This record gives sequence, structure tokens and C-alpha cells, in this order.
Amino acid sequence: MSFSATPVLELRNAAKSFTMHLQGSLNLPVVSGVEFSVAPGQCVVLAGPSGAGKSSILKIIFGNYRCDAGEIRVRDGEHVIDVAQAEPRRILALRRTVMGYVSQFLRAVPRVAALDVVAEAAGAKSLEREAARANAAALLQRLCIPERLWQVPPATFSGGEQQRVNIARGFLDYRPLLLLDEPTASLDAANRATVVELIEEKKRRGTAIVAIVHDDEVRRAIADVEIDVTRFAPAA
Amino acid sequence: MIADEAPLLVAQGVAKWYGRQLGCRDISFSLYEGEVLAIVGESGSGKTTLLQLLSGQLAADAGRIAYRTRDGVLRDLGEMGEAERRFLFRTDWGYVHQDPALGLRMSVSAGGNVGERLMTVGWRNYSRIRGTAAEWLDRVEIDRGRIDDPPRTYSGGMRQRLQIARNLVTAPRLVFMDEPTGGLDASVQARLLDLLRGLVTELNLAVLIVTHDLAVARLLSHRIMVMKAGEVIEQGLTDQVLDDPREPYTQLLVSSILPA
Repeated sequence: MSFSATPVLELRNAAKSFTMHLQGSLNLPVVSGVEFSVAPGQCVVLAGPSGAGKSSILKIIFGNYRCDAGEIRVRDGEHVIDVAQAEPRRILALRRTVMGYVSQFLRAVPRVAALDVVAEAAGAKSLEREAARANAAALLQRLCIPERLWQVPPATFSGGEQQRVNIARGFLDYRPLLLLDEPTASLDAANRATVVELIEEKKRRGTAIVAIVHDDEVRRAIADVEIDVTRFAPAA
Repeated sequence: MIADEAPLLVAQGVAKWYGRQLGCRDISFSLYEGEVLAIVGESGSGKTTLLQLLSGQLAADAGRIAYRTRDGVLRDLGEMGEAERRFLFRTDWGYVHQDPALGLRMSVSAGGNVGERLMTVGWRNYSRIRGTAAEWLDRVEIDRGRIDDPPRTYSGGMRQRLQIARNLVTAPRLVFMDEPTGGLDASVQARLLDLLRGLVTELNLAVLIVTHDLAVARLLSHRIMVMKAGEVIEQGLTDQVLDDPREPYTQLLVSSILPA
């Protein structure tokens, strides 16, 4: 692989804690001093026990959680944007074209058909609507979502089906940076293998990936670098 | 590059008092084209006052509100004449009331309700007006066969969809919405939200939506402002404020939602 060595993502001394005002302003430090970077075509897997802050790290990168300290530098073409400081509109622009996020659970929208839930992820600019729908259909097919379900809103789908719809959403369009939170957690072996293939394809196209994966086989297949997040545990 | 874009609506230090009673104060933000900003907070927190100030229906006691008109000039609402403001209201802006009876003429036909907005912007050809009104009934999922019926014969959900058609028919750039899904059954509400979500994206509308329903804010808005006792206590990306609320009051709001 020969992509530019300039990282797509670089975290510098990032920290996250929660202050729970309803519990007497209890302060819960999650991670601190988080430092790593991801190059194009590289997959970094975050490892560590449950509660170590893996998902929180993905969420501060995506801007879903606030970052309390440090920098989260995301490359957008010529520019580098610090998500920790950026205006909401700038983060939304990054989400439209630069970074994608596959969460553990699909947030189902009432009344929207599965096919459209996936196609919508393309955004208006990158692909025409019909092309997006065709790509969405191809992905749902690969992920073994039966065609009779495509026009059904996914709220009633099984956990595994919802997760595959979510994966299709995340993988539909090209994004230089992809954040994956347990993408294979409730999938059978065949679908797990498909997701590994999809990840490999993204890497070959130069997508930088940060993933949380508990399945050893999947992790071995996709990880270029493993980071044990317990090393970012805040000093007690 | 988004940094070069000019905002559509700008508020700076806006305040309103009702005698000694605070309506709202220190309100500052910018709204851009295609952006949906939700104003959330409990009853009495100043949400509706703010919406009326921003849409020029109430005069502010302090601060500045400016709107970028189609010629690209950012104009101070306070310095516009009444006629000019009314013209904006009929063309460039929409206002969706919680109670459709406030935004519709209840005994005029549905077609007339939609067509009236077109006539105020100079449309004269009856069959074109009727045709466009019928298209808009389709878009808001109202049977064309009901075009000659007045909205008082409609259900609550249909009335609200008709009000939305009436507002959007003149292709406004900015729409104010005051609890547009309040008072509707859950299934009717879901249908309306889905419709609004589609139209907002398709028409690249800027929307200021007042709601006390955080699920509505999450579904429709990009950004959120949380109000309490007349002030904005927290604002930011919608999913960030709802998933990682910082202020005690916002944490209370978010944690008070019953899971479905």
C-alpha cells in the first residue's frame, strides 16, 4: 500500500470526563492523554476491557461527545480541523464528506424504508439519489438483507438485521475516515466475513479506520495497529 | 468552503421584558441556509417569545436581529418598515403555528388556503394557482379530492399538513415552527415529522423550531439551544447536547425522557 503518510486523524493529549450533576456533581474521568494517529489505508483497533473508554474515544472523534482537553485533528483536503474546537457547522460538514461512524445500534427513523435509511447516508452532493439507492441495494444484498425487507422501516428488524442496515449506511459512500463501534457484534459467521471484506475494500481505497472489535478473528483480519486504551486511564 | 458562507439570520444580545417579567435575554446566534436549529426548554422558558422576536412579530427591548434578504444584504429587522416586514412574512418566511387554526382560514377551501399565499406574491392565473395548490396537497399527503373542502372538516394531522403546504408554497428560505407536532397522536406525529424531515432537506430550508420534545429536536435539527428562565444555557450540535449534556438542567431534561 502506498498512500500519503500524512495522517487522516491525529489525537493529541485528548481527554474526556463526565460530570453528573444529578448525582451530586460526581466527576467521572474516562480517558486522558489519548494520543495516536491513523494514516490513509490503515486500521487502528482500540482494545481494552468494557468500560475502558473505547466507545468514548470514537465519540469524541466524531464530535458526538465533547472533548475536554487536547486536540482531535482531522484532515479535510488541504485543511486540518480540530474537532475539539470546531463550530458545530464545521463538524457537520466533516460528517457529510470526511468521517463516517457506524454505531453499535441503529437509530431507527419512523416510516423510512430500510433502503432509504441506507441511501440517505450518501448525502445530496456525492451521489445522485437513484445511484445512491442502487448502491444501497447492492450493499443490502451483500449483507444478506432479503429484498422483501428493503421497503420496510427497520424498526421491526432483528438486532442483527438492524446492525447490517447500519453497516450498509456507514459503508455506502466514500469517507477518508471511518469509525466502527463493534460492527460485527451480533452477526453470524458469514456476515462477519462480509464485513471483514468490506473493511478490506475500504482500506485498499485509502480509508483510515478506527475500530472497536471484540471478535479475535475479525480483529486479526483487519488490524494494522492495536492500541490498548487502558494506557489512557486517568490517574486515580 | 463553508467558512465563506454568510448567515441568513443573526441575533445579537436580543432581550425582551414584559414589564418587570423577563421574556428572554442575551440571545445570540447565527443561522445559515439549510440549517435546522431547535429551541428546547420547558413551558415558560421563553421559547415562544424568542420565536416571535426573531420573526418580527414582537419588538425586542435590546439587541439586534438581522436577516439576509435575497439581494444578499444583511438587513436589520428593527429598521425595516412594517410593509417590508409583512412582505418578507408572505414570501421569504413561513410560520407554522402549533394550532393550525391560527395559520389557516378554517372555512376557506384547502386549495384557497394554499392559493392565497401565491396570490399575495402576484399569481393571478386561476388554473395555475389551483394546479400548484393541488401539487402541494400531494406533497403533504392530502388527497386532491379534498381540495375544495375547508380545513375545519379535516383531522388535526391533515390541518397541520395543510398549514405546512400553505407556508412552503412560496418557496420560503426561512421557516419558524412553534411546536408543530404538539397535540397530535403519536402515529400522526411520526408521519408529520417524516414529512417535515423530507421537505426541509429537499428545499434546503433554514428552520427555527421551538419544541419541548427532545425526540423531535433529535430527528429534525442540526443544532440545539436549551433555554431556561429566559436564557440560553447550553447550545451546540444536537446529538452532542443530547448525548453529552453539560449543564445540570440539560442533564435533567435528557434524563427525564421515558424510553419508548
